[in-house]
Amino acid sequence: MNKTLFDKVWDSHVVHQIKNGPDVLFIDRHMVHEVTSPVAFLGLKNRNLNVLFPEKTFATADHNTPTKNQHLPVKDPLSANQLKALEENSELHGISYWGLGHEKNGIVHVVGPEYGITQPGATIVCGDSHTSTHGAFGAIAFGIGTSEVEMVLSTQCIMQPKAKTMRITIDGELSKGVTPKDVALFIISKLTTSGATGYFVEYAGNVFNEMSMEGRMTVCNLSIEMGARGGMIAPDQKTFEYIKNREFTPKGNNWTKAMKYWSTLKSDEDAFFDKELVFDGNKIQPMITYGTNPGMGMSISNGIPNAKSQEGEVKTYLKSLRYMNYNEGESMLGKKIDFVFLGSCTNGRIEDFRAFTGIVKGKKKAPNVTAWLVPGSHKVEKAIKEEGLLIILEEAGFELREPGCSACLAMNDDKIPPGKYAVSTSNRNFEGRQGPGSRTLLASPLVAAAAAITGIVTDPRTLY
Amino acid sequence: MAYDKFKILQSTAVPLPIENVDTDQIIPARFLKATERIGFGDNLFRDWRYDPNNKPKKDFVLNDFTFSGKILVGGKNFGSGSSREHAAWAIYDYGFRCVVSSFFADIFRNNCLNIGILPVQVSPKFLEEIFNHVYRNPKTQLNIDLDKQIIKIIETENSETFEINKYKKGNMLNGYDDIDYLMNMKDSIKEFAKKTPL
Repeated sequence: MNKTLFDKVWDSHVVHQIKNGPDVLFIDRHMVHEVTSPVAFLGLKNRNLNVLFPEKTFATADHNTPTKNQHLPVKDPLSANQLKALEENSELHGISYWGLGHEKNGIVHVVGPEYGITQPGATIVCGDSHTSTHGAFGAIAFGIGTSEVEMVLSTQCIMQPKAKTMRITIDGELSKGVTPKDVALFIISKLTTSGATGYFVEYAGNVFNEMSMEGRMTVCNLSIEMGARGGMIAPDQKTFEYIKNREFTPKGNNWTKAMKYWSTLKSDEDAFFDKELVFDGNKIQPMITYGTNPGMGMSISNGIPNAKSQEGEVKTYLKSLRYMNYNEGESMLGKKIDFVFLGSCTNGRIEDFRAFTGIVKGKKKAPNVTAWLVPGSHKVEKAIKEEGLLIILEEAGFELREPGCSACLAMNDDKIPPGKYAVSTSNRNFEGRQGPGSRTLLASPLVAAAAAITGIVTDPRTLY
Repeated sequence: MAYDKFKILQSTAVPLPIENVDTDQIIPARFLKATERIGFGDNLFRDWRYDPNNKPKKDFVLNDFTFSGKILVGGKNFGSGSSREHAAWAIYDYGFRCVVSSFFADIFRNNCLNIGILPVQVSPKFLEEIFNHVYRNPKTQLNIDLDKQIIKIIETENSETFEINKYKKGNMLNGYDDIDYLMNMKDSIKEFAKKTPL
């Protein structure tokens, strides 16, 4: 018995092993959204195939959806067409569809856990790289391409070689103002965006034990940003309490049976990892990115590193700073910003809105800042209202939009204009990610809130 | 049968010596709205290729007709970011059949293999050598022999072997895909499904 958590879940899902080739892996849950699925459904049609297990498939609309006036017809004809295609494909194949206006609608990686579709020990895939989010529950969850979406629809299996394993252990205590997002941005800044490529990561240690399920989801969500296939955290009492009594989780005897299995889901003491990394949680500070990939992050009060001190090519690094219109050595604190985006599958959960509200309470939004606050789902939206956060936000000059992926990838109208700076709680600061020419500073909901109040990059610890 | 067979490719190459070329550069999200796999090549590297008025940017390599060919040569960590297969479709639709780099992002590499683009990973030194040759002489031909797993610079005869798993190699040589394989084991999949706890 020297198996990792990843080994245990993976091995129990292997239908067939191909010598010198990939494993045929059985998939328990397939999440589908409107952008990466239409060509897969078209493939089924062309090959005259059906969806093998529609009951293991869940569809939701999120990438393209407007975050205002969702009750009205979608204006963009291309977006409307894609949404219609998902609705029709779902109906044709008997897949449950939580479309625009549905009470359970929201970002695929937010609603999956909310309704208990996400469970420990499951294999979960979706045509979206941030599927790694679901690893927070001790599931193997990863993003796939459209050819693979077609594969899973038609055969409920995927063909992939087993990844190598990496364990990242962080003990110690996080200091005040340091959130799960900072932990993730810290790790990525150490590993770079390719440091975990080829690996499946398990997060271990006190920092993750202490973290809420929402926080664990944020960390696992960002695993892909260091190149990892996915990330996971062993399920514990917190996990079980979170999923208990949700719509799709087992009930009664089935729950007891499931619990027996789930409690075996941890890495053995002598488990072998291909790579082990250890960091000190006490040393992590609030983080912010200054460049055009998520690895270009640093403690908020540091200066922008010199190109020569960084791994990788100087030319690429300087191109990135040029895009941001920043220079080596400059401080990020005090930099003027134009937009704030709170939301996405990374930080669009209730805990993120609580954190943001905690900072802005009793203050006013800076007049030079446009803020888009986008809940990850209707369930989150409802909680924001019920917990009284909305009133506080409105008093501080903010408004709440309707759920969706929104400005994270700017497929809808929520686009940051060219040249403008956005402090964003999402996951990618690539060139033009939030709209052509947009400039993104990735940060936690606390840093986003501090920027929204002051109009400049601000250490949130100065506002408590 | 999913795509064209890939055996030997000999072609000139297009150099893109930038690291961490991410999927949002390869195809920006606003061009992912199609419901069919057509026309993605027009938007390949859209924001590097065209200015906001849709005028070609002269300094971008796809607008520099000195360079052409079916092989795209990129810097380290090519294809990082999103799982959008549209990135691979755009590269394919533009006319590339092979991407050479010293390191590929995982999902992107998989997506390429699944649609018939060969990702060839070479050493950083050999990548440098390819860039140097292509810049010195844009007519430099590269030869990629999938069966032998060798990439060669024709001018110098310098070559390097590359890795690909046997199964995927077989798929590419024969032009079939994973669904062809999986459909043949549907019964055992159904049997397996009965035993899964979820």
